[in-house]
Amino acid sequence: METILVLVHADDSGAALTKASLETVTAGIDLAAQLVASLTIGIVSADANAVAAAVASAGARLLAVSGHDFLQPRYSTDAAACEALCRAANPSIVLAPQSARFARVAAAVAFRVGGFIDTHIASVSAGPSIEATRWFYRQRVEATITRDGRPWFLLLDPGIHNAFAGEPAPASVEQITVDLPQLRTTVLGIRAPKQNAHGNGDASSLHTWETIRPEANLLFVAGAGWTKKQPDGQTHTSEAADLILGFLHASSASLGSSKSLVDQGGDGQPVLPFLTHMNQIGQTGATPRHAKGLSTCCHGEEPHVVGWRFIADRRAISLDPNCGWTRGKADVVYIANAFEVMAELNKQLEAAKT
Amino acid sequence: MSIAVQIVVCAGIVPDPLQVLEPTTNSNGPGLKNEMILPAVLDPWAASALYEAANLAAKNPGTPQDPSKVWLVSLCPKSKLQQVMMTVAQKVSFQLVPIDGPIGGFPDAHATAAALAEAIAALAGLDRNRLLLFGGWESANRSAGVTLQLVGEHLGITDQFQGVDQIDLRGDGSFEVLERVEAGKHQASICVGPPAVLGWATGNLPEPRNNPQVGMANMRNIMPALQKARSATLATGSLKYISVARPRQQRTTKIVKDLTPAQIASELAAWIGAK
Repeated sequence: METILVLVHADDSGAALTKASLETVTAGIDLAAQLVASLTIGIVSADANAVAAAVASAGARLLAVSGHDFLQPRYSTDAAACEALCRAANPSIVLAPQSARFARVAAAVAFRVGGFIDTHIASVSAGPSIEATRWFYRQRVEATITRDGRPWFLLLDPGIHNAFAGEPAPASVEQITVDLPQLRTTVLGIRAPKQNAHGNGDASSLHTWETIRPEANLLFVAGAGWTKKQPDGQTHTSEAADLILGFLHASSASLGSSKSLVDQGGDGQPVLPFLTHMNQIGQTGATPRHAKGLSTCCHGEEPHVVGWRFIADRRAISLDPNCGWTRGKADVVYIANAFEVMAELNKQLEAAKT
Repeated sequence: MSIAVQIVVCAGIVPDPLQVLEPTTNSNGPGLKNEMILPAVLDPWAASALYEAANLAAKNPGTPQDPSKVWLVSLCPKSKLQQVMMTVAQKVSFQLVPIDGPIGGFPDAHATAAALAEAIAALAGLDRNRLLLFGGWESANRSAGVTLQLVGEHLGITDQFQGVDQIDLRGDGSFEVLERVEAGKHQASICVGPPAVLGWATGNLPEPRNNPQVGMANMRNIMPALQKARSATLATGSLKYISVARPRQQRTTKIVKDLTPAQIASELAAWIGAK
């Protein structure tokens, strides 16, 4: 009989579990029902009692590692915490969210308890065996895998399951003691990249622009065409920057970019100053999950195939009606000048707000 | 006085991103059709790690008695690696440690990590207490973000950082690291010093220009190393593939050519606002 451990962790505030953690709880409940398996939830948090109420109604045994050392993500402490939870629960299947915090340590924990790990799991189900699907070659090849070795760790990509939303209830939590190694790493905190909105190099114009919004309904993808010469023979990078930032402000969209647009600053070409490699989607960037995606001035496989794999509803604005990358990949392609369309769109979105 | 760094970079090779990939099944399990003849490149994020390693070593050259060193450990077919090295060797200086093994993203990461750890542990001249183990935080073939972490555990390294975009080495040997976390932010940490594992994201460096002199110097050790490369057979372990296929989803694309910008904007505004 399989035994399932779901590992979860608190968010930056320490006051609640992350959404991805709650999604993993849902996956654990589903899998436990399919396998008729026992379910344990292991919590890593500075104060587990403060966050355990959210999963008290899951019908699972609750284990926790608590203390100030577990407030911030850190390899040595998180690995020790998860190892202790695994040893206490003795599971055959371990589910955990594919968060930065657990992705940093899960393989190490699997190694320490003699287990195996697969990550970026897109689905998990139980038939004759437990099967999981994941992507290879950056979302170009999809595989269904299984393992007979145990314990088997599966890191679930966020956005696939609904977040567990049981009624908060008083929780009975078993605290697990952890033997911590000597701490050699001090976490200073979270920093947002400084991005210059106007590209004038003036330090006074540096602001923190939160252009990456994982929870946004819409992903806006900017391609290199924004910085190329326009019909008047000139580049209009500053205008492009204003249009894009205006759209992000009006729509609350998340901003993605093609690799070529991010890279071209190193080649001495005009750049959109608020873009960093963090915005990049595709082969060497992210493959975010959003309900809708609007690509503009993009041409190539990266934005349309790899970076858009998990975008449900896709539209594009392009000057090229024969672009082979949009055909079969986007749902609607508007053949138009993106500068003109976005200016109109921003006007309409702002007008709708007022 | 300059600190001498000892950096081992783990890097595989992957098909050129512009290639169309067709999965197939061979005697060893799943693979890619014509994989051995597809043009290959150094794994992009691992390449970032290599350039960052070379930059760190250049900034901290050490002393003539104790110079900084960069090793590049790669597990893949040595014939393919030789092709890739023709380009990579011209970028930065390193000492190649090839392991002749299978290509592709389908072998089990656990077996790959064990083979890499064994090769690193056997490196002559490596002081493991000073080791900075670099690599890509995820590969472009398996994309698991597991191998480097497992190598670190094999080697007993208890400070690891993933999604690294920056390292600042300080005079006392400690270093500050920026790691990518959710929502486009970085987590900043300070580690007292090596040994440590750093799985690199893009970093901050542009791809170095080709330098034929660096290439010639590198090739003096690369060719003998390739000739002496030991073979590694990776056990399949407990991993079994039930199916491997390209995604079949093909959308019916509607091409809209005859609307004015204002009309398109109206359509998009309604679409954005719709649930």
